[in-house]
Amino acid sequence: MIELDGVHFSRGAQVIFDGVDMHFGRGEVTVVLGPSGTGKTTLLRLIGGQVRPASGRVMVDGIEVARARRKALYALRRRMGVLFQNGALFTDLTVGENVAFPLRAHSRLDEALIRRIVLFKLEAVGLRSARDKYPAALSGGMARRAALARAMALDPEIMLYDEPFAGQDPVSMGVLLRLIRRLNDALGLTSIVVTHDVKEAMSIADRVIVIAGGRVIGQGTPEEVRAQREQEPALAQFLDGAADGPLNAAEDESPLSADLGLGGGQ
Amino acid sequence: MTENGSSVNVPPRIALDRGDNDVWHLQLAGEWTLAQSETLSTIDRSLPAGFGDSAARGKTIRVGGEIDALDSAGALRLARIVDGMEQGGAAVDLEALPQSQRNVIELLKGRLPPPKTPRPPREGVLAGIGRVTVAKFTEGNAFLAFIGELVVRGGKLIAFPWRIRWREVVAEIEAAGLRALGIVGLLSFLVGMVMAYQAGATLADFGANILIVNLVAIITLREMGPLLTAIIVAGRTGSSYTAQLGTMRITEEIDALRSIGISPFDMLILPKIIALMVVLPLLTVFANLLGLLGGAVVAAYRFEVSFAVYFDRLPEVVDLTTLMLGLIKTPVFAIAIALIGCMQGMRVAGSALAVGRATTVSVVQATFLVIVLDAGFSVLFNLMGY
Repeated sequence: MIELDGVHFSRGAQVIFDGVDMHFGRGEVTVVLGPSGTGKTTLLRLIGGQVRPASGRVMVDGIEVARARRKALYALRRRMGVLFQNGALFTDLTVGENVAFPLRAHSRLDEALIRRIVLFKLEAVGLRSARDKYPAALSGGMARRAALARAMALDPEIMLYDEPFAGQDPVSMGVLLRLIRRLNDALGLTSIVVTHDVKEAMSIADRVIVIAGGRVIGQGTPEEVRAQREQEPALAQFLDGAADGPLNAAEDESPLSADLGLGGGQ
Repeated sequence: MTENGSSVNVPPRIALDRGDNDVWHLQLAGEWTLAQSETLSTIDRSLPAGFGDSAARGKTIRVGGEIDALDSAGALRLARIVDGMEQGGAAVDLEALPQSQRNVIELLKGRLPPPKTPRPPREGVLAGIGRVTVAKFTEGNAFLAFIGELVVRGGKLIAFPWRIRWREVVAEIEAAGLRALGIVGLLSFLVGMVMAYQAGATLADFGANILIVNLVAIITLREMGPLLTAIIVAGRTGSSYTAQLGTMRITEEIDALRSIGISPFDMLILPKIIALMVVLPLLTVFANLLGLLGGAVVAAYRFEVSFAVYFDRLPEVVDLTTLMLGLIKTPVFAIAIALIGCMQGMRVAGSALAVGRATTVSVVQATFLVIVLDAGFSVLFNLMGY
């Protein structure tokens, strides 16, 4: 469904992706794991066509995103639902109006029908009773579920989740995990979940891609990825959450004494 | 690193005993701690002048005595003195110090940076001017790009006016127009009064009270009404555009719009520009009315020009051209204010702090541009003979 072919992307002098190849299968939940700051959100922006790769191709259902014309790009985005890190609900609209927003923007459905679709979507995420609340009155988990309902409003074929579990308590995390899996299977979606919650995400993943340092360090089913840890120390460190290893070795190479102005150093 | 926990406030002391042979004794005492930093910072003055240069070359200096307390600050100071002596060619012997104090000094000595690290060379005036110029040009470029987008997108939408989001336009007209009536009206009224006072004070000396009407009417219609309204709107509405769009950038609402397949330009920016182009001329007419009224009040109660006379004379001193010369500027002001407000809002990135900064920049730039444009119009009208 989605292919990345030798994608290079850098921000200023910082290289985010250094020729990565990824494949996201139709109907699957693919979890993209990686330490903070490895360009997981950038990956979603590449797929959504908000940024262009320096070289390489991003293909979504046979369309090269970076080459798509404005109209085609917007049409493509309409087939994708995005759950943003903090929900990004429109703060001046109620939950119900938020969910109705994409419907009103893109269809000429009458109000009665829109109302029924909204209720249906909210029911799917368990928030039917919160439809008249404003986003400010929602808890973090509720806001994220409301945003999920909005992202699903136009029945997208692809769902992109940007750090859906960040800052969630265990219960609402569990609810979200189950929702992501269920919606994917019930609606035949293609889901991409970007996160750094290893254990939770692995539990619902069909496939896992681990990125670090601008390249893919592990790819496959959760079992396959766990099996690859032997060859890839960085992968082992990330999956175990070890404090020492190749992932942070390069972080601070200059000795402390240099910053303190102490010549020589130990 | 304090040797001795109890502080009794004994200032640090240092004394050099120059024996007649090659072994000198450096006696230390007191608390070598941060609390004594004042004494510590000047402590090497109690050493003989020029010490550390060459006077001690070839000597052996035994450091000894009883230090009551030693912390990082004291150890650094002491290590620097030891460094100085060693650079002067002396051999320093720390054997007499307690083991723990010796360890600290040994660790530090020879590794200290020079006392005054040279400051990085300061940027020259020219380099500064250059940097600011480049930054301004970048800003100007972004503004031009924004105008370009407006022309391209706006042009397309003018051909298909039903695609314009009229509901948003109406909402913006209410926010920027209807709700601004109070402040615009009040301030215009007051400025009208002030102008009448100032004009009257001078004119009354010559018994030319009636000319207050000429002065107030012409200035209000041609300059004060349009300019004052534009500046109030820049501060009130332009800044709110920046704050709204900036906040929406931070909360990813702009990204959410795009992901739903709606162009933020069509949804958020174009309605604001259209609304302000409608609203600003109307507000200016309102401001003109109240400015004239303010002038009339002062003229009547202070300078014996009655309302009847004032409004009787108005059509004689100003005509439709005067009004239009003021109004024709306002759509241009509106575009400038809305564009700057939206552009600064869309450029916000990072944190909530950036929203506040962008809002300030937006008001300053919009006010600046409005006044520059007004000056430009004045020159233009003058050349055209109005």
